[in-house]
Amino acid sequence: MRILVLEDDPVLADGLRVGLRLAGWTVDAVASCSEALAALATARFDAIVLDLMLPDGSGLDVLVEMRSAGDTTPVVLLTALDEISDRIKGLDAGADDYLGKPFDLDELAARIRAVARRKNGRADPVLRAAGIVLDPAGLRAMVDDKEIPLSRREFAVLSALMERPGIIRSRSELEDRLYGWQDEIESNAVEVHIHNLRTKVGRSKIETVRGLGYRLRVPSP
Amino acid sequence: MTSLRRRLFVLLTAATGALWLCAVVWIYVGSRIELERALDTRLQEAARMVHSLVASGNVSAVAAATPFQEDGYERQLSCQIWSFDGRLVAQSSGAPEGSLAQAEEGFADRDIGGEGWRVYTIVDANKGVRVAVGDRIGLRTRLVRDLVLGLIAPALFIVPLLGALIWLGLGRGLSPLNRIAGEIAARDGDDMRPIADADTPSEVKPLLRALNGLFGKVETARRHERDITAFAAHELRTPLAGLKTQAQVALAAKDDLTRVSALQQIVTSVDRATRLTRQLLTLAKLDAMPPSRQHETIDVGAVLQEAIDACKVPDGIQIKIDPALRGVRVRGDRECLYLILRNLHENAIAHTAANGAITWRGLADSGGLMLEDEGPGIAEDELSLVTQRFYRARGTTSAGTGLGLAIASVAADKLNMQLALSNRENHRGLRCTLLFGPRFAGAVPARS
Repeated sequence: MRILVLEDDPVLADGLRVGLRLAGWTVDAVASCSEALAALATARFDAIVLDLMLPDGSGLDVLVEMRSAGDTTPVVLLTALDEISDRIKGLDAGADDYLGKPFDLDELAARIRAVARRKNGRADPVLRAAGIVLDPAGLRAMVDDKEIPLSRREFAVLSALMERPGIIRSRSELEDRLYGWQDEIESNAVEVHIHNLRTKVGRSKIETVRGLGYRLRVPSP
Repeated sequence: MTSLRRRLFVLLTAATGALWLCAVVWIYVGSRIELERALDTRLQEAARMVHSLVASGNVSAVAAATPFQEDGYERQLSCQIWSFDGRLVAQSSGAPEGSLAQAEEGFADRDIGGEGWRVYTIVDANKGVRVAVGDRIGLRTRLVRDLVLGLIAPALFIVPLLGALIWLGLGRGLSPLNRIAGEIAARDGDDMRPIADADTPSEVKPLLRALNGLFGKVETARRHERDITAFAAHELRTPLAGLKTQAQVALAAKDDLTRVSALQQIVTSVDRATRLTRQLLTLAKLDAMPPSRQHETIDVGAVLQEAIDACKVPDGIQIKIDPALRGVRVRGDRECLYLILRNLHENAIAHTAANGAITWRGLADSGGLMLEDEGPGIAEDELSLVTQRFYRARGTTSAGTGLGLAIASVAADKLNMQLALSNRENHRGLRCTLLFGPRFAGAVPARS
């Protein structure tokens, strides 16, 4: 998953960037509302972590603008205000969840997983398709009841394919998920990861659709 | 507890009652006078009538001519005819035992057999008789009393009715107050919207306006308090969140590079938290300090130099100090002045980019000093807000604690000095002016 973090405190922003990467995600961090809006206009995110008090306004403004533009990306609010009225205000402005500062990094990761799951219409925390079981919380993958070791990026590619089995994911879509703005993309990175994945989960499970991308092959019923 | 309605009711009822009583007394006195006159005239006429009968020699008819009624006022008039030699010639049937007649002609009040009589006497010298017609004063009094009672009796029914009408009328008249009271009582504790005063009577409007004004003030104060609480919560909790996140990253990191980086961030964060704590303690100390402890003569130039030396200046920022500031002396608390100058200086450094300059100048006649930076300045609508605790102007980074200008402002208050912030007119940047105040005007720079 690719996550956008909007937080102006440099230490906390850095902590979120590194910490959420440890949860297996690609993280981009911005420090102001205007940067956040620019980021949202140029890239697709699977979830957004939003601070409320920012140098050029409130995170709520970004949220309201997003929602009125029809953006349904899940949003988790981070805020120092923990009065009930503030929480209600945030949720009613279109946020999906709410965490008061200081928070637990693992809890934040779990909440992001939860809102992203709901966004994709799933209730099962574990992804299951084509004989593969993927546990995003534990960053573990099982093929035919046998655990297989995956790198962070291999895990990201596999979960992108498994979120919507049978649907084609383009190369650029997968690259978006793998690399933030600060990462350098090697030209054939996706191909390399797909190749490695195939050797680990089984060659036949990932199909190349020439010119379009990749998809998980689901056995037809 | 006094009730306006009850008080008005008592007042109105008492006033109405008093008026009524006056009217009764007036009617009583007036009726009495009129009645006396009418009855006296009747006495006189009756006497003349009897006398004319006597004059025509028909004395026996006199008794028959006496009015006779059977309604409680019977035998009002009594008549006696006396000869000059003291013999009773004739009298009416209700006449008293004693003599009504008197020596002279005319009216008289007489006491006959313990009863008061009003008598009119005609003296006829030709016939040698006195004709006296009289009526009982008791009867007259009863007549007046009955008249007045006739007036008062309906009043006894009307007064309670009037009281009830006054009571109801007051209730209606005071209903706008009840409506407003009900409206306020039904409100939530934090509902500070003004009360609509469109259809309130003009007497209640000033009260309502004052109340609405108060609501406005309370709302502003509460919003201000909420803002400060919100700012403080943000400034205090965000570093904690950063610390915790970085600590969890350090714990979870599998490679040394990530762990070391997280630990370095923790060190940075602790440094910032330390500074925040120092500023908070400074502010608390200033708050607790009694105002205008001015027992020292302070060398402004020396304090300024000390404040500037205490701040780390990033490369590329130039600091200029007006030589006229050296040797300026004011009286006051040295630490307060140091806090003002240091926090203003830190603020200027934080907002001035590399290659910018920070300039300290003395004001003419040494009545104050001025600091100009080349930062972005402060939006006009925020100039009055930035001295509030934890307030962060739009577009500023979170590098500072949000307390620097608040400390400078509080310290200036303690010294009775005036700190004014404005944007520079012909140049980018903020100007902070510190006026030493009227007591310091003309503080002579000591020439060394």
